[in-house]
Amino acid sequence: MIAADLAPLAIVLPFLGAAVTFLLIRHSRAQRAVSISTLSVTLIIEVVMLLAAPSTGTHAVRLGGWEPPFGIVLVVDQFSALMLVVSSAISLAVLIYAAGQGMADGDEDGPVSIFHPTYLILVAGVSNAFLTGDLFNLYVGFEILLTASYVLMTLGGTAPRIRAGVTYVVVSVVSSMLFLISIAMIYGATGTVNMADLAVKLETLDPATQLVLHLMLLVAFGIKAAVFPLSFWLPDSYPTAPAPVTAVFAGLLTKVGVYAMVRVETLLFPGDRINSLLMVVALLTMVVGILGALAQSDIKRLLSFTLVSHIGYMVFGLAISSRIGLGAAVYYVAHHITVQTSLFLVTGLIERRGGTANVDRLGGLAKLSPLLGVLFFVPAMNLAGIPPFSGFLGKLGLIQAGVELGTPLAFVLVAGGVLTSLLTLLVMARVWNRAFWRSPADAEDPDPILLASKADGSSVGTSRHVTGEDSGRFAGKDPVTLLPRTMTGPTIGLVGLGLALTLLAGPLFALSDDAAQEMLDRTPYIEAVLGPGAGA
Amino acid sequence: MTVNLTLIVLLAAFFAAGIYLLLERSLTRVLLGLILLGNGANILMLAMSGGSGRSPLYIPGTPAEDYADSLPQALILTAIVITFAVTAFMLGIIYRSWVLGREDDVQDDPEDRRVADQDSYDWEDDADVVAETSEFFDEDAPAERTGATAYDGAATREVRTARGDDDAAAGSRRQGDAL
Repeated sequence: MIAADLAPLAIVLPFLGAAVTFLLIRHSRAQRAVSISTLSVTLIIEVVMLLAAPSTGTHAVRLGGWEPPFGIVLVVDQFSALMLVVSSAISLAVLIYAAGQGMADGDEDGPVSIFHPTYLILVAGVSNAFLTGDLFNLYVGFEILLTASYVLMTLGGTAPRIRAGVTYVVVSVVSSMLFLISIAMIYGATGTVNMADLAVKLETLDPATQLVLHLMLLVAFGIKAAVFPLSFWLPDSYPTAPAPVTAVFAGLLTKVGVYAMVRVETLLFPGDRINSLLMVVALLTMVVGILGALAQSDIKRLLSFTLVSHIGYMVFGLAISSRIGLGAAVYYVAHHITVQTSLFLVTGLIERRGGTANVDRLGGLAKLSPLLGVLFFVPAMNLAGIPPFSGFLGKLGLIQAGVELGTPLAFVLVAGGVLTSLLTLLVMARVWNRAFWRSPADAEDPDPILLASKADGSSVGTSRHVTGEDSGRFAGKDPVTLLPRTMTGPTIGLVGLGLALTLLAGPLFALSDDAAQEMLDRTPYIEAVLGPGAGA
Repeated sequence: MTVNLTLIVLLAAFFAAGIYLLLERSLTRVLLGLILLGNGANILMLAMSGGSGRSPLYIPGTPAEDYADSLPQALILTAIVITFAVTAFMLGIIYRSWVLGREDDVQDDPEDRRVADQDSYDWEDDADVVAETSEFFDEDAPAERTGATAYDGAATREVRTARGDDDAAAGSRRQGDAL
């Protein structure tokens, strides 16, 4: 019995939690307690797995005792263990934030009680996708998380969410169909869906057939990862969902696509056959994404565009596919999940404090709520890649890898990466100047709470209770807290996790470097699943 | 591996019709397109599983080649269930879309339209910097403070009216959109 044998629990526990919270649908307090404790236990198990991963190496768990390649295997290596820990950590933070929002608003028994079971199913799907060593099981994992995300995306069923949900569902289903079609063709060509077995058998195929299968898988995952030109759907659909939902989608769902792309590139189809194509795609994703962000005035949409743009960095590292490039990409994925999620959570707080996420209608937040200012500033600078934050370290690793490769295209990519980083800083500075630094009176059509002042003339503070007559937004409700601790707490935690990525950069980079080497070697993965000697 | 021609023709027809319907603007047709695509993918899986054969019940003495490959059938079954769930959900949101807006069409994103229509001139980014005097007011005195805010607002309005007719028109249009 070793730590990696606990892997199935990362999937089973959230599912069990979902079942229990579904039964408790009328008891929101118990529901919250169950879902938060389920995710906490899952996180602890995953941390144990991650700590043990470097010493045990790649380990495969055979589900139901079926011998691979016939049965389904779950594979724990350093990359998947790291992804599991980061994803569970941010899921837990977002869950506490969402529960805090529900408590602060006092909607105890609304239709949103479906939130907890669906959310846990989403987490189970994400864990399944990270762990599985079977291509069809990866499809099932994707479907679990996507179906849960459809429900979360259209939560409440308002007109804008339905409109955005339709686009999202149709695009996701089409990408899943493409994935299913590729699986069918891969099965037709090789007679197996076990990824380790495929890694051995795909090499024996005709190169042209290999290329077709390779590109089909990449297109299917490219849509999920929102890689340009397959990224059009993301800024259209994410911003309308509730703030915590957008935060967890932005952090996790695209990264599952990136994870699948990494596995395709390293395990199934190694070699540099399409690396130039990936480099061009990475460059376009970075530059086009950030130019889109420059045009936006809604912070949520703007962040969705930076999300697309920064997926480009991960594809950048993947396209370089050297040990240092891939290692930096792994580190960058961990960094980006944390930072992007915290930015979306802060945007939720901004929306709550200022009544809108549109920067034209915001102002003076830094003075009204210095805490909010710090909470936005730190991850914003982190995203832009200002030293000494983790965004800088990740980008530095990628640029080093690009320069080491030394081809003209790699240098163009390095230049594109630096430019994107600079433009990200510009985008963040614009938000900062408008929403935080200028006087609230300069805002166009500001929300009443932004201008509200108390009887003595001083402005309404951070967590002051606002009564109904202060604003139309909270009218008719009991006094609500503008920035309740249950919402700021998890946000502070995530911003702190982003900073911890800098403090722990040494061991983390060593880990991601090892993970990259493990993936480039391929034999540890194949031998862990199929037994010694199979990967030779 | 043997290939069944009927299945290939059938799935080609399914894919063609599915993609055609998917490109329509009516949501019901998009859904029908997705269903056809899903069925096409399932037929493809079946076509890829090789020739037909015995059911996978163990009969001693039967050579392995006589059995039909049962794994793709299990995969198809899973895929059918998933497509079924997604279809039900799609029907739900199409109905909701109909209830809310009497619309069965794919809707435009209003924010996209707004961003596309906006002026490239932004008075805060592009206008001349005005001398800001309000910071010299005593911030601690409550009475003075309200006066300062009022003055601040007036100054802003002055800047806005001073930035030319075109921009004023753009500004008023933006305000109109916000309303």
